[in-house]
Amino acid sequence: MPIKQLISKNFGNEKARDLEWYRAQGGYQAALKALKMEPEEVTAEVQASNLRGLGGAGFPTGRKWQFVPKDTGKPSYLCVNADEAEPGTFKDKYIMTWDPHRLIEGIIICCWAVGIHTAYIYIRGEYVRPYERLRDAVAQAYAGGALGKKVLGTDFNLDVYIHRGAGAYICGEETGLLESLEGKKGWPRLKPPFPAVVGLFGCPTVINNVETIAHLPNIIEKGGEWFASVGCERNGGTRLFCLSGHVNRPGVYELPMGTPLEELIFEHGGGMWKDRQLKAVVPGGSSAPILTAEEALQVKCDFDSLAAADSMLGSGGVMVLDDRTCMVKALSVVSHFYAHESCGQCTPCREGTGWIDRILHRILSGEGVARDVETLLNISENMMGTSICALSDAAALPTRSYVSKFQSEFEHHIEHKSCDVEEKFATALSG
Amino acid sequence: MKEFEFTAENLEHFEEIRKRYPVKRAALLPTLHLAQEQLGYVSEAAETYVAELLDLPVVDVREVLSFYTLFHRRLPGRRHIRVCMSLSCWLRGAKEIESRLASQLGVASGETSPDGAISWETVPDCMGACEIAPMLQMNKDYHGDLTPEAVDQLLEKTRE
Repeated sequence: MPIKQLISKNFGNEKARDLEWYRAQGGYQAALKALKMEPEEVTAEVQASNLRGLGGAGFPTGRKWQFVPKDTGKPSYLCVNADEAEPGTFKDKYIMTWDPHRLIEGIIICCWAVGIHTAYIYIRGEYVRPYERLRDAVAQAYAGGALGKKVLGTDFNLDVYIHRGAGAYICGEETGLLESLEGKKGWPRLKPPFPAVVGLFGCPTVINNVETIAHLPNIIEKGGEWFASVGCERNGGTRLFCLSGHVNRPGVYELPMGTPLEELIFEHGGGMWKDRQLKAVVPGGSSAPILTAEEALQVKCDFDSLAAADSMLGSGGVMVLDDRTCMVKALSVVSHFYAHESCGQCTPCREGTGWIDRILHRILSGEGVARDVETLLNISENMMGTSICALSDAAALPTRSYVSKFQSEFEHHIEHKSCDVEEKFATALSG
Repeated sequence: MKEFEFTAENLEHFEEIRKRYPVKRAALLPTLHLAQEQLGYVSEAAETYVAELLDLPVVDVREVLSFYTLFHRRLPGRRHIRVCMSLSCWLRGAKEIESRLASQLGVASGETSPDGAISWETVPDCMGACEIAPMLQMNKDYHGDLTPEAVDQLLEKTRE
């Protein structure tokens, strides 16, 4: 089956980040087309496309734009979320590294549709090389008349600035990002008011993920209905899946929404490494509830199918675990991350993430007690929906799913002070 | 003379950064990045200097500086290594990479080799390079598909 490459076709092409090359391939024509349309028409195309927020929340992009009030007398802003910090996610790095002009073109389209004249790209601090590529492309775009005064020869003005983060997962949360951009620590804000109304510098603000924005040129060029037809119901187009873990070919794969998870892992990813068996899959970044092998082999990869399977498509970070993986240790790795990254603002998250981390550490040190399983489930229950942002839920969801789906492994660790997975394979090797 | 101040070139760069934002304080993160580029870390003198540039109380600068993990508050080695310990890297052997670095460098995570050449730390946050797991970052660059032997070679090349 041919793979649809809407936004990944230039990955690996050294020429693609050159403005002249990009233009020669028809680049910036979609932005020019959009600039000749009424802004409302552009938004209508995006709504018809069923494009959804690919940072992870899956909110319909066109609707998000419509929430921005027009007559506040204040400027409006676009913040492009390039913080990409959800564990298991690495797709936006490819767009910025290989196809930065596609992102810039998408930014022009979004800003014209919403009436924005200043955009900030918030890129995580670790991405130094992607930042350099993007910075050079933005400079080229200014020099070539695609940004600044009179964008592409029209009367539209647009400035784009890149803002580097400095190492904080929480700044990928949209209001944490706004605080960080304003020069503060990234403590998320209470909603409402939503950023569309009161966002950056107190002004109406659209916050969209890099991949979401990168889809816009194709949508304008070929139409919203065409894009919707590529995906599945209510999930338009393709998305970039980040495949990693125990597979033969980890990497970024662009596939239509609704592609079976089995196809991603076994056809595109080349199947399990070392001829081992599939044990579990984390389908949408480490915050997504884990799927057992049986569940994973039945599910399709789109926002609605994965939600129906009590997990989530999230950021598209698909992590594959083989049968030799100890689920207690795996959860401990994940939980330690959330404990480290909780910003400390809300008590259930600050205390809950640390508590989970310490209990798992205790179990792995052979000092677990019988009630630990129940305590872990109880803590995660009390962390759900009790804090300002979703980090608390993001830590609770894996805890609840790992513990409930692989409970016997946790109980074995507690009771026998050893790992039954390791024992099983040690026996298999010596026998 | 002040204990820390921007070079003429960096001061010019700062003025350019400042113009990107309608609010002065928003320039704080990029200005701290600039200070760290110049000095290798953000010293207390640099904190005070940045606070003055942006009309902020020093305590506000400290609060922000200490919130973000990429700012060094003391001088790291000439090469600084960050080893990813997130789930995808862990699944593919990050623990072995950690052990090899610890034994090769002879100092614990968070410390600098006695000659000041290399400092290193393990980081629990994913660096967005799971396709080349296990991986590490050394200064600006990512190095992936690591094995303990690859770590040896990387360190050897670094010392040359």
